[in-house]
Amino acid sequence: MVASQSMTAGAIASNFDTARPTVSKHLQILTECKLLQQEQNGREIYYHINAKKMKEVADFIEPFSKIWDDRFNKLESVMKTYKSKK
Amino acid sequence: MELKTKILAEDNKQEIVITREFDLPVELLFTAYIEPEIVEQWMGTKVLKLDCKKHGSYQFVTTDPKGNQHGFNGTIHEFVPNQKITRTFEMENTPFPVQLEYLAFEKITDNTSKLTMHIIYKSITDRDNMLKLPFAQGINMAHNRLQDIFNKLK
Repeated sequence: MVASQSMTAGAIASNFDTARPTVSKHLQILTECKLLQQEQNGREIYYHINAKKMKEVADFIEPFSKIWDDRFNKLESVMKTYKSKK
Repeated sequence: MELKTKILAEDNKQEIVITREFDLPVELLFTAYIEPEIVEQWMGTKVLKLDCKKHGSYQFVTTDPKGNQHGFNGTIHEFVPNQKITRTFEMENTPFPVQLEYLAFEKITDNTSKLTMHIIYKSITDRDNMLKLPFAQGINMAHNRLQDIFNKLK
């Protein structure tokens, strides 16, 4: 949602069935983690995504997953050769 | 591209779950874990010992591209052919404490199978450090490469 445009807390909350204070709390946490950025525009605060930080979180575990995936791909190919030799 | 291997690592937990489906009958998948010469091929390690039974143990040694040797070992607690292996895993000469691994092997069809690896670490921090290790190594390698390039420019 916030990836394509900046939105106010009210606009974000209107997309969820959750109570407004709950949404505000979530926004506050995401902002503290720097996953969302706030921008003051007059009386309204707009939220937008911090793409760089989001990517950081996703990337963090990626090399670990990649190592296991490569290892298991190797296992699969070794065993396919093993099977055809039998 | 989406990886076939899924890693579930919830925040503030000292465990992870790795799952992977294989295009192999479960018997072949299991064989990959018990035949030393096969383990050597896919793990890229040398198997010094692999005694697959309850109260058995294993010992591997891997040589990195720089020629340094890294030892790994563990004890096998449960061993049920084509179903499960419960074992410990220790990286020798590192600050990482021993971890506990539950491996479950499942048949999906006659030619496909699933492996679920449930790994339990000593603490949340130890788990997070282990997850970060390949990431940190990747950064280290990038730094070393940069250093090499700079050294050549001098």
